[in-house]
Amino acid sequence: MPFIPHTENDIREMLDAVGASSIDELFDEIPESLRIQNLDGVPAPINEMQVTRLMHERAAEDAGALSFIGAGAYEHHIPAAVWQVTTRGEFYSAYTPYQAEASQGTLQVIYEYQSMIASLTGMEVSNASLYDGASAVAEAALMAVRANRKSKSRRIVFVGGVNRTYQKVAEAIAGTQGLLFDELPFSTETGLADLDALTSMDEPPVAVVISQPNFFGCIDDVDALTDAAHALGALVIAVVNPTALALLKPPGQWGSKGADIVCGEGQPLGVPLSSGGPYFGFMTTRQSLVRQLPGRIVGRTLDVDGKPGFTLTLQAREQHIRRSKATSNICTNQGLMVTAATIYLALLGEQGLARVAANSHRNTVSLLAAVDALPGVKRAFATPIFHEAVLQLDRPVAPVLAAMADHGVIGGLDLSDDYPELGHALLVCATETKTEEDLQRYVDTMKSALTADSSLRDVS
Amino acid sequence: MSELPGDLKYTDEHEWLRIEEDGTVVVGITEHAQEALGDLVYVELPEIDQILTSGDGLAVVESVKAASDVYAPLDAKVTDVNEALTDAPELVNSDPYGEGWIARIEPEDRSVLDELMDADAYQAFLEKLES
Amino acid sequence: MTQTLIFEASRAGRFAEAQAPLDSIDMLLQDSEIPQAQRRSDKTVLPEVSELQVVRHYTQLSQKNFSIDTHFYPLGSCTMKYNPRACNSLAMLPGFLNRHPLGPESHGQGFLKTMFELQEMLKSVTGMQGVSLTPMAGAQGELTGVAMIRAYHRARGDLARNEILVPDAAHGTNPATATMCGCKVVELPTDNQGDVDIAALKAAVGPNTAGIMLTNPSTLGVFERRIEEIAEIVHGAGGLLYYDGANLNAILGKVRPGDMGFDVIHMNLHKTFSTPHGGGGPGSGAVGVGKRLLPYMPIPVVGESEDGYRWLDEQDLPDSIGRLSGFMGNAGVLLRAYIYMRMLGDDGMRRVGEFATLNANYLMARLRDAGFELAFPERRASHEFIITLRRSAKEHHITAMDIAKALLDEGFHAPTTYFPLLVPECLLIEPTETEGKEMLDLFVDAMIRLAEKTVNDADAIHAAPITMPVRRLDDVKAARELDIAWRAGD
Repeated sequence: MPFIPHTENDIREMLDAVGASSIDELFDEIPESLRIQNLDGVPAPINEMQVTRLMHERAAEDAGALSFIGAGAYEHHIPAAVWQVTTRGEFYSAYTPYQAEASQGTLQVIYEYQSMIASLTGMEVSNASLYDGASAVAEAALMAVRANRKSKSRRIVFVGGVNRTYQKVAEAIAGTQGLLFDELPFSTETGLADLDALTSMDEPPVAVVISQPNFFGCIDDVDALTDAAHALGALVIAVVNPTALALLKPPGQWGSKGADIVCGEGQPLGVPLSSGGPYFGFMTTRQSLVRQLPGRIVGRTLDVDGKPGFTLTLQAREQHIRRSKATSNICTNQGLMVTAATIYLALLGEQGLARVAANSHRNTVSLLAAVDALPGVKRAFATPIFHEAVLQLDRPVAPVLAAMADHGVIGGLDLSDDYPELGHALLVCATETKTEEDLQRYVDTMKSALTADSSLRDVS
Repeated sequence: MSELPGDLKYTDEHEWLRIEEDGTVVVGITEHAQEALGDLVYVELPEIDQILTSGDGLAVVESVKAASDVYAPLDAKVTDVNEALTDAPELVNSDPYGEGWIARIEPEDRSVLDELMDADAYQAFLEKLES
Repeated sequence: MTQTLIFEASRAGRFAEAQAPLDSIDMLLQDSEIPQAQRRSDKTVLPEVSELQVVRHYTQLSQKNFSIDTHFYPLGSCTMKYNPRACNSLAMLPGFLNRHPLGPESHGQGFLKTMFELQEMLKSVTGMQGVSLTPMAGAQGELTGVAMIRAYHRARGDLARNEILVPDAAHGTNPATATMCGCKVVELPTDNQGDVDIAALKAAVGPNTAGIMLTNPSTLGVFERRIEEIAEIVHGAGGLLYYDGANLNAILGKVRPGDMGFDVIHMNLHKTFSTPHGGGGPGSGAVGVGKRLLPYMPIPVVGESEDGYRWLDEQDLPDSIGRLSGFMGNAGVLLRAYIYMRMLGDDGMRRVGEFATLNANYLMARLRDAGFELAFPERRASHEFIITLRRSAKEHHITAMDIAKALLDEGFHAPTTYFPLLVPECLLIEPTETEGKEMLDLFVDAMIRLAEKTVNDADAIHAAPITMPVRRLDDVKAARELDIAWRAGD
């Protein structure tokens, strides 16, 4: 029996000890009318060899393309050691560290993670992670409402250019609690947030969400935005790319007071793209707001002999104690992902991470320069970018991307449905993983897609 | 169990109230409550001038194993809070009726105070819980 | 030896060179368009260490953990069963790992087909009409479920229904979730046999009832026998039934939540379908719905068409409660669940419930015979059961916590302690189907030794654990003198 070790003899002895004549008898408290006899819809078992064959075939169907999509999830090189160590059984098959003495490994990893992510974001304290970047924004919105007791508002404002999916997710998760979400405009000239729209708000919101770089890859004037939000009495929720923080000013230093809550998608730190998950969301804040922070937190303390050790702390905020009054219903972090991220950050160090960031920046800038020279293609905004940018075509994007995909190049994310104001726009990203040959292949593929498809060009 | 102070009023949520000469009321939690919670690690205090309706949360007392609301026993305005608890929540454990007070409130209607338990009634209430 | 932090191993100028891109930063940023005002000028705490130092440090840390791969881990309500290795290695094939979530569907048919089949298999084992795989954990599955119930009532103009009934034995996530969805929690008492108090339920339902959240078998380790009556009462009052899948392992292949009358369920794939717990995540809380809630499922969901498989989104499900994650949920976890289900097949699914139940009942019988007090001696165990140590707490001052710590020294992870809150000094024990009789017998032997020590050598138990990397930790100090991030100079 797959994964069940019992012999016939075991079963007999165990039933004798229980005083039952058959395993079926153990279900005699369940009404007979409810019991089922078979499971149509679940195929017959296959063994490890067969399932290996099957999964190799399925994975092969999806393999091989050269991808230039970012849009919140980024392809980076992951050192071999990261997942070899992370998938050790002692990390992989352990549970939440409730028994601290038997979980010092997981606990210390999380403590180190909290230290690294707090430092990277320029904040004092971090939780042990949340599900992903989008849901972290939702949790940050809820936290801001708890923390900003002076504000009468329940309105969270996203400045223009923040990833719209994050707002959608925040609405689905936090909207049921009466939080309201608004998006301010961005400039279609620069791709940056419209600062005036923020400063001229009639009703001050409880919090303002600012991202750096923004969804279009643009580097915004986060100092001005942060100060403007604070002037309204709002808290600032910073949404940042952790790789970019190796080069860019951390949110703790934005404006004159710094951001209040920082969150984002942790995937770029050693987590594979994997069709969308599992990733992890990070969240950091000021010391003074630590009790409003949702999720698990690990603290360092001493044991009865005075030896340092680690334990879950501030648990009284959490659902298993506080029940309906908990800060969140969350009961886990993304432990394994955080383990990978911690090992990734330790391996790369400050210099390595900065090299990843700078190489990604350089590659995208090179790609932009090359495609900008193609007829019918231009960079949408003349604004400094980190490692992602919007291109505008002189014709509909979808057929061009489809033609490129047919040649094994996934040329970017079509923005025309979500951002019709940008015209025939697409979002492209070239991380450090791309070589000069890869960039050239992008240019060549796009060029031939455009040539083959000139009939669709907008003559306007 | 130690002697209950005779000059206080008590609620069935294990809070005590001391009526001051100036008409304000000082609120804290009882010896029984602090013992049940264990070592306190944090007290979340209300804002001064906050207006509370009877039954609203006045404060949250938190130990490593529990977090418990302290409720406003009557309609009132908060006039003072015990800032010392921010750095030393353990005062509630060591001196619940003295240094461990939580907040001072100005009641809307003082007659409600007469309905609360005196020390004898609260003692009887505790004994009933024990049995 | 006390293990140092990775930061303490840092030496200026050391660098794991081979792991980083080649080009140096100064050269790359020389003519960069990134404005000076937005550049970083301060140092971070990221360590300067070699690859070997990193590998050794984290390998040594891993060795300070108990895990399923190293220890029997009978943690009640968590279903710590063996996580098959093939599920991990096959989910990490490059074709799956490197696929961007927003990549074209034409380059994701292998993955999408797999997800579609997983949805179908989960529908079959739960008896539901639709499945969405997107919730990223059990608690998010719960949130999804209650949000769908709320959306259903609202769509019908039934705006008064904002009360969620929750038994007092429920997981803390249930009331926390109901509150997160803007609902009011109404707690239901449990009778002395561990069933929901039907009279109290009848009194509690009414025109404000949005629904009830139930775990069955309940957190008390017993099957809710009058589930059909409960469904009738709640449906009769206009409410819906939510099934918390925490204990689905107990009944897998034997009974289906859909047949019991539930309208919505969440499954913990990291329990029932053996995806790893990973030291506390990632999990996956896929939801299943009955007919009434089909329009409200969270997006995206995989659909099938003549041209292959594709994501269904806002356009296809306009009444959906929306998106819960940046992309599609914990794909890698879902792949592992799929591989597990294929290896078990229909026969294997049925055996999960059977052998989980056999193991729990055997362990319960052996501990009862050894003199331990059962919380519900008249009842069958489901896949787990509760013993109470209230006698030893009273007579010998040995609490459930003490026994939990002493079990660590015996080489066993402790069962769940102090949950459910209704049973004093309780241990909630769940052996799972993947443990053999020999291991269960060894656990019983250890429990008997500890019972003897309770009487003869209580001090030794109070001192436990003594063989772990640390002894009992000062939780009060941890919370009062918060140290949750290392800083340079610490």
